[in-house]
Amino acid sequence: MTMMVPVDDAQKLSLKRPIADGDTVIVYERHDSMRAVTVSPGSDLQNRFGVFQHSDWVGKPFGSKVFSSKGGFVFLLAPTPQLWTLVLSHRTQILYLPDISFVVSCLEIVPGCVVLESGTGSGSLSTSLARAVAPSGHLFTFDFHEQRASSARADFERNGLTSLITVTVRDIQGEGFPKEHEGSVDAVFLDLPQPWLAIPSASRCLKPDAVLCSFSPCIEQVQRTCETLRSSFTDIRTFEVLVRSYEIKEHCFAKSVSEEDGSPVGPPPQKRKQSTLPANKSEKTESNFSVMAKPCNTARGHTGYLTFARLTVLSN
Amino acid sequence: MEEEKLTRSEETSAAKANGLSEVNRAVAWDGCSVLLDINDGDRLVFSRLSPSASIKIGNKKCSLRPLVGCPFGSLFTVETGPSGPHLSRSAPSSTGNCVEEISKDEGQSVNEIRDNRSLIDNNTAQSLSSEDIEAMRSEGATGDEIVKALIANSSTFEKKTAFSQEKYKLKKQKKYAPKVLLRRPSMRSICETYFKKHPQRTGFMRVDTLSMLLSMANVGPYSDALVLDKLGGLVVGSVAERVGGTGYICSTYFGTVPYQIDIVRMFNLSSDVCARILQAPFSDLSPLQNAPSECAMSDPSDVRPGSPETAQPDPSNELLQDGDSLLDSRDNGDDTLAGQKPVKPGRKAPPEIVKSWKDNGFTSLIIAAPEMDVESLIMDLLPLLAYSAPFAIYHQYLQPLATCMHKLQASKMAIGMQISEPWLREYQVLPSRTHPHMQMNAFGGYILSGIRISNSNTGGVIEDKAA
Repeated sequence: MTMMVPVDDAQKLSLKRPIADGDTVIVYERHDSMRAVTVSPGSDLQNRFGVFQHSDWVGKPFGSKVFSSKGGFVFLLAPTPQLWTLVLSHRTQILYLPDISFVVSCLEIVPGCVVLESGTGSGSLSTSLARAVAPSGHLFTFDFHEQRASSARADFERNGLTSLITVTVRDIQGEGFPKEHEGSVDAVFLDLPQPWLAIPSASRCLKPDAVLCSFSPCIEQVQRTCETLRSSFTDIRTFEVLVRSYEIKEHCFAKSVSEEDGSPVGPPPQKRKQSTLPANKSEKTESNFSVMAKPCNTARGHTGYLTFARLTVLSN
Repeated sequence: MEEEKLTRSEETSAAKANGLSEVNRAVAWDGCSVLLDINDGDRLVFSRLSPSASIKIGNKKCSLRPLVGCPFGSLFTVETGPSGPHLSRSAPSSTGNCVEEISKDEGQSVNEIRDNRSLIDNNTAQSLSSEDIEAMRSEGATGDEIVKALIANSSTFEKKTAFSQEKYKLKKQKKYAPKVLLRRPSMRSICETYFKKHPQRTGFMRVDTLSMLLSMANVGPYSDALVLDKLGGLVVGSVAERVGGTGYICSTYFGTVPYQIDIVRMFNLSSDVCARILQAPFSDLSPLQNAPSECAMSDPSDVRPGSPETAQPDPSNELLQDGDSLLDSRDNGDDTLAGQKPVKPGRKAPPEIVKSWKDNGFTSLIIAAPEMDVESLIMDLLPLLAYSAPFAIYHQYLQPLATCMHKLQASKMAIGMQISEPWLREYQVLPSRTHPHMQMNAFGGYILSGIRISNSNTGGVIEDKAA
């Protein structure tokens, strides 16, 4: 019984809900190394830290530290849409947290909503959309690539999301959304090479004043999309969302020592252990110990432009 | 009755919602909270559609009664009638079409291209006087007719570029034919409006930052979300909107006086959802039986037990002073379906629920308290989370978050930590005129996020949550 998106109270994360056979856990090795593992009797996990028996995991709470045969350790985390985005297998370029969270908010999705998405891609956004509509809403997601649709379907099944997500193979650019959705949809998300081709159909599916979002990497696509939106949509706005991360470092400055203790080059600062403190610990007092922060040197420069628009309400 | 005004699509949505019957109510109802957008975002006003509600546009005061029963997204203009100025439903704006016509014009021959080299700004171009305009108005001319007349009587209009003419027309329309757009308040519109108008009341919380807090903290169905909200209730309301009618939102506070969360009332949350918003002092939640941690009280603006100081100013009172339509601080229960007793959000958490929180642990933690000492807050609140539960802390300053992150690493209470600074830029997308907006907000705050883990090296059975 997986719990990525709980659909009843028993599935929520709790100190009293231990890891069980069949659960998906996110194995956290390091901040940049995680993977999803399905707990199964008799299986083990092998990585640089050793061999971990699944049977050791059963009965422990999520968030536990578990050990390998040679004393290495990992953490077992409960699956969430965020963690899934970080561990899923990329069949296509995916959306990450900043875009995903902005999309869910600006589409004004709340539990109970009916949402259309095309294309499904690797299911990164789909998983977060499922959380946003649960437990009583639904996501209908479409992809024209049969194999990718199958892989997405398999992922959603593994993550216990089949009651929330329906995957269909369909070419939305060529055929539009199915007629059965007309007039009943609370939000539409498009991640297509030529989204303007899907807009007329989307406008028939959306309820008045409901929101459409189109994600496009190129500004030319955005221009053409906005041009097409103007006839039936209002409040058309285009954004870019990015995130800048910071790293921290201890800085110790002893009064009498001429050179700095903090070395500028070393292991990733977040992971620096206490042992980097000066040898004579008596010098470590509040007054000569501080933590410094600086932006990380690398960052994602661009993912895509997000265009949002509301279906115009007619005054009949 | 309100029920007659439900559209077919609303009924479908209600049926699908399995009893959460007020999901996405599409039509404004008597007593609901609304956001009025005057002239495409020039002015934003929150209001409640009570019988006496009105809005002042220019020098005209109009009742808001005509808005009841209209779909959100409806457009209104100010018309002069026998009983004075009133709001009347109008067709959507046609400015979109103008823009497309302009782009066709640009394809014309070189001879057609105009510029502003011969336009002199000496206020003599318009031959209609303000008395002429008033006369037209009293004869019943509509705003659009006045704008047409102004264009016809402008000696420089023909010489302007097509874009410039468009700009002139829009400017006159805003003054003589103002539009009022009825908008449904949601986390996005409430956050954006406060950020634009009164950002200091919501701790300068920008909409992309708030969105990330909700995602990072994994807010969703059946969440037991612990929230420390000193932004007037913006965070509590947003979390509640996302959780829906399942789970609980615990708005906690230090001391004996709950923090004001009046902004929650702007969200039009149903009774089911409001019933899930509970308040509990930290002293009730803490497994320790002692008084609340002293460190958390170090913020002088915080309320101490027995202090003569009142809590934060009521945001709805400040809205009153601005001359905006008021959010009545005494809820008359107008905003629920007829016959239902309204549930006020923020009632005191009953003991059995507090016990269940202690036994199960909270599934999310969000802290939004820009003026408080974040390190002591996290030390007090993090132990209340279930293991593997995520947390997200919003702060305006980097250094305290850096210190906090370091301390959490050293004490091995959390993993997967990150300090993020969200960045947001809006674009103008128009034919031949696409570029980022000239004005940009420079700062949306910082977020420290992470996941609580079990520090214990002992394996085996589920432990009772240690203090």
